[in-house]
Amino acid sequence: MLLNWIAGILILAAGAWLFISRDWRWNLGAAAIQYLAAFWLVQASWPLAASAVKLITGWMACAAMGITLASAKTESGAEHDWREGGLFRLFAVALASLTAFILAGSASAWLGIPLPITWGSLTMMAVGLLLIGMTTRPLRVILGLLTLLAGFEIIYAAIESSALVTAAQALITLGLALVGAYFLVAAREEPPQ
Amino acid sequence: MSASILWIFLPILAGAFLLFLRNQRWTAFVASGLSFVLALTAWLLPIETTFALGSSAFKLSSTFEILGRRLVLTTHEQPILTLIYGAAAFWFIASPSIGKAHRLIPLGLVQIGLLVAALAVEPFLYAALLIEVAVLLTPPLLLSEGERPGRGLLRFVTFQTLAMPLILFTGWLLRGIEADPGASALIRQAAILLATGFVFLLAVFPFHTWIPLLSEEAAPYLTGFVFWIFPTSALLFAAGFIDRYAWIRTAPQLPQILSAVGALMVAAGGLLAVFQNHLGRMLGYAVILETGFSLLSLSLLDAQGVDIFFLLFVPRLIALALWALCLDILHQNTPSLTLQDLRGQLRRWPFASGGLILAHLSLAGLPTLAGFPIRLAIWEDLATLSLPLAAWALIGSLGLLAAAIRTLAALVAAPAESTWEARESWPQRLFIALGGLALFGLGAFPQWILPLLNRLPAIFEHLGG
Repeated sequence: MLLNWIAGILILAAGAWLFISRDWRWNLGAAAIQYLAAFWLVQASWPLAASAVKLITGWMACAAMGITLASAKTESGAEHDWREGGLFRLFAVALASLTAFILAGSASAWLGIPLPITWGSLTMMAVGLLLIGMTTRPLRVILGLLTLLAGFEIIYAAIESSALVTAAQALITLGLALVGAYFLVAAREEPPQ
Repeated sequence: MSASILWIFLPILAGAFLLFLRNQRWTAFVASGLSFVLALTAWLLPIETTFALGSSAFKLSSTFEILGRRLVLTTHEQPILTLIYGAAAFWFIASPSIGKAHRLIPLGLVQIGLLVAALAVEPFLYAALLIEVAVLLTPPLLLSEGERPGRGLLRFVTFQTLAMPLILFTGWLLRGIEADPGASALIRQAAILLATGFVFLLAVFPFHTWIPLLSEEAAPYLTGFVFWIFPTSALLFAAGFIDRYAWIRTAPQLPQILSAVGALMVAAGGLLAVFQNHLGRMLGYAVILETGFSLLSLSLLDAQGVDIFFLLFVPRLIALALWALCLDILHQNTPSLTLQDLRGQLRRWPFASGGLILAHLSLAGLPTLAGFPIRLAIWEDLATLSLPLAAWALIGSLGLLAAAIRTLAALVAAPAESTWEARESWPQRLFIALGGLALFGLGAFPQWILPLLNRLPAIFEHLGG
């Protein structure tokens, strides 16, 4: 139980960092930590081997985007100082997390899932929605979608354990990462002569 | 052999194989040939019946087990398979004439295979996952090398992805409702989640913004294909929900919700089309209007409504493909698709301009064209139910008609001294002429599609029954 709470707090901290930082390396690092915490929360409902699928596909998604970004020479590191609008973003994440915590109580009772798992899942979904809603940059939109889906998968794992769904979700996670990588590559290539 | 191998896995594998074939004409020839054969076999081959092929006996089994779940294609799905693969052959065969075969066909075939899998998967709700996988194949289909992803593509991926968790979660709630059909709180929650999911999936106003944006950003023929495949699969998925779950089908609010949303989309699509200066965006708004008409036909919830729902598919396919083909020709040969840049192009590109106007007018429901008989049937049915609803549907069509007149006015506005010429290639002229003839043919003889239409509603067990 305590470890579940720690995983939830890790999700919140990584989500806040993902939302505040503009450096893609930190962004992908935060996403990888979120996947680790999500794996821990999923393994409360699933066998370890099945929940490891989530961790591996999540990390593969981060790696696919990381390799693309690292090989793109024009991509700068930190585009803006993290303090630029950082307080606003921190406040937004805090508000989203608080809302998730308030909703988690009733959702937890309704779904029959322990509170820290529900809170962690809803926090991830809220951070994902914040990311999607507040940017038009492809990398951050894709990271937002990945975060949102990973959050959903935590709750969904507690109510559905189909192998086909697990496979399809893994395919979608990797597909989204590849779409992200494709966007990043397409945006940097010179048009053919 | 399983029917799923023939109509799901074979096209997916063929799509993957065609990625490596560099010749545009061969790619189109193989893909359209395969699609045509799949359409023909869907029409002719029986499922779960032994038949002789030479000295051997064959039987297509309906069920295919995969990871503990099933893909089921029965005789009821065969007419829709005919329609889907017939339409695919139609899209693929014209693509080399505008140099789009290699971008459209391999991924397009895989998407079609996935969407057929979405129709076949059991439990039915897992279709949301397969649709999402098909969505993720769209960016490489639409983006060419060196092209930056625009806002439309990002929104498309975002909105379609947001739909998936909502629909999957509804599945869990539906199990609860099946166990306790009287649980009104659960029904309310499921209805809200499901409706929100379909609002994203069907690009219902105000989540429609990706459609006009995308049609401005990407090549028209490719966006036309995307605008055909995803709304069609989403509409079939939505109709499948209504058909399968009695609590949805019998909900007294359902016809009102469907008709209100449908009328809103028709009116918004038609009226916003009038004010567009970009022909790609006009196509986008026409797609929104078409989805609205499909929702209006579903709102009738009777056999006539289901007939109209399916009747809309064929004229929409022809008009959309012709419109997209003509737009693509103009897109490749003019600075942009704005009315300003297209002034007087009718004299240089008469086939493309003429085909564009014909397709536009057909979707607006002009008499003698393919869209008219179905529009007439919808207007008649709506008028018996609610005159304001019929009026909104008519206003939407009038909006699209006004947009067509604006387009025509721009295309014919050539200086008097300019000469007539036809710069389209012969294959382009042939496909445009065939598309135009098909629009006139179906307008004059709508009964031509009746053999297909008579079998299509069998896919729905309860709807309209």
